[in-house]
Amino acid sequence: MCLSIPAKVEEIKGNEAIVNLSGNKLKIALDLLDEVNIGEYVLVHAGYAIQKIDEHEAEETLRLIRMLEEEEK
Amino acid sequence: MKYVTEFRNSEAIKSLSAYLHKISNKEITIMEVCGSHTMSVHRFGIHDLLPEHIHLISGPGCPVCVTSIDFMDKAIALARLPNTIITTFGDLIKVPGSTSSLEKERANGADIRIVFSINEALEMAERYPDKEIVFLAIGFETTTPPTAAGVLRAHSSGIKNFSILSAHKIMPPPMQALIEEGIPIDGFLAPGHVSTITGIEMYRFIPEKFRKGVVVSGFEPTDILQSVIMLVQQFEKQEPNVEIQYRRVVKPEGNIKAMQMIEEVFEVTSANWRGLGNLPNSALQLKKRYAHFDAEKKFQISLDAPHEPKGCICGLILKGLRTPPQCTLFGKLCTPDNPVGACMVSSEGACNVFYRYKK
Ligand code: SF4
Repeated sequence: MCLSIPAKVEEIKGNEAIVNLSGNKLKIALDLLDEVNIGEYVLVHAGYAIQKIDEHEAEETLRLIRMLEEEEK
Repeated sequence: MKYVTEFRNSEAIKSLSAYLHKISNKEITIMEVCGSHTMSVHRFGIHDLLPEHIHLISGPGCPVCVTSIDFMDKAIALARLPNTIITTFGDLIKVPGSTSSLEKERANGADIRIVFSINEALEMAERYPDKEIVFLAIGFETTTPPTAAGVLRAHSSGIKNFSILSAHKIMPPPMQALIEEGIPIDGFLAPGHVSTITGIEMYRFIPEKFRKGVVVSGFEPTDILQSVIMLVQQFEKQEPNVEIQYRRVVKPEGNIKAMQMIEEVFEVTSANWRGLGNLPNSALQLKKRYAHFDAEKKFQISLDAPHEPKGCICGLILKGLRTPPQCTLFGKLCTPDNPVGACMVSSEGACNVFYRYKK
């Protein structure tokens, strides 16, 4: 139920956006976020973007994981 | 897909698992509170990647599962009203009420439609001005903001033939109830998408008052393993804290705009939870200003006393006290096609997940 899916914003019209969800285009609402830009990734839940995905933090998490991997080698 | 595949890298999964084996010494029980986590844990075989002394147990974070039977009875009674369209997320269709289900009502001619978003229900209200559209609003803090935004949209466009039946719930009270009941839990893997909205401060009382750790986790296998590592580190050092593993989405303060919308539309009330009983300040109802969108106030429905399905131990499973195979009906009389209890219906319900992944 709380499943939310990352999707890329392709078009924005006022309060709505078209996102690309693994190849499928979907209309979602942007009421819950300020300032969303085309090209950004958002987390989609129940037809609404609930948060932007922070690319920098995603990289940071992957870096931490890689560090633990290195420690294991 | 970006942000998914990187976090499913099998080499990384193996090394995280090995690292965990190295650092973890003590017996520890971690509750994965959220149904989506239960699903990931089984789907990615996380149990097999953990040392034997790390126990992961499922919790009360499946919204369909904890929704009390009288909510379903109300939804079914509304579905029987003339000229009414019930709109719902697919998960609720098969959930048994005391004597029927929405699926059965639909077979008997009720107009029940599965929607993906509250906005589809609003579009229907505009398309069918002579009908009453009722939206079944369930879910935790993740799902509440879309409902709040939908109600605000209905309000500003002056839609009259639309209402919601709200069973929105709040996450921390059941966690507190489980600790106070003495369920042996050493740390919580906390729901990532709830904190996306709420932030993390609402969990502060858990380490401060109860000395247990909380890590807000993502849903990919490396996310879950990394979160377990963080909980084990807190536990071994005896330094319980609230931490975020799922940093690419969760900010410490959450989504302030979404929280403000919840605050505008809803107020806190008590609610019955399956398995946990009545919990104060654990649910949300529409504020007076928006009460004309409250289906319970708008329509007169009378209900018989609810009764739970015989033999179903869903309540104990939601508290982490039993596992699905310990239910005598599991896989025999109760299957996803023919569910006896709510925990078998939702794709995030522990019984459904166990059945599908045969664990
Ligand atoms: S297997 Fe079915 S009857 Fe048994 S606890 Fe789960 S939902 Fe209830």
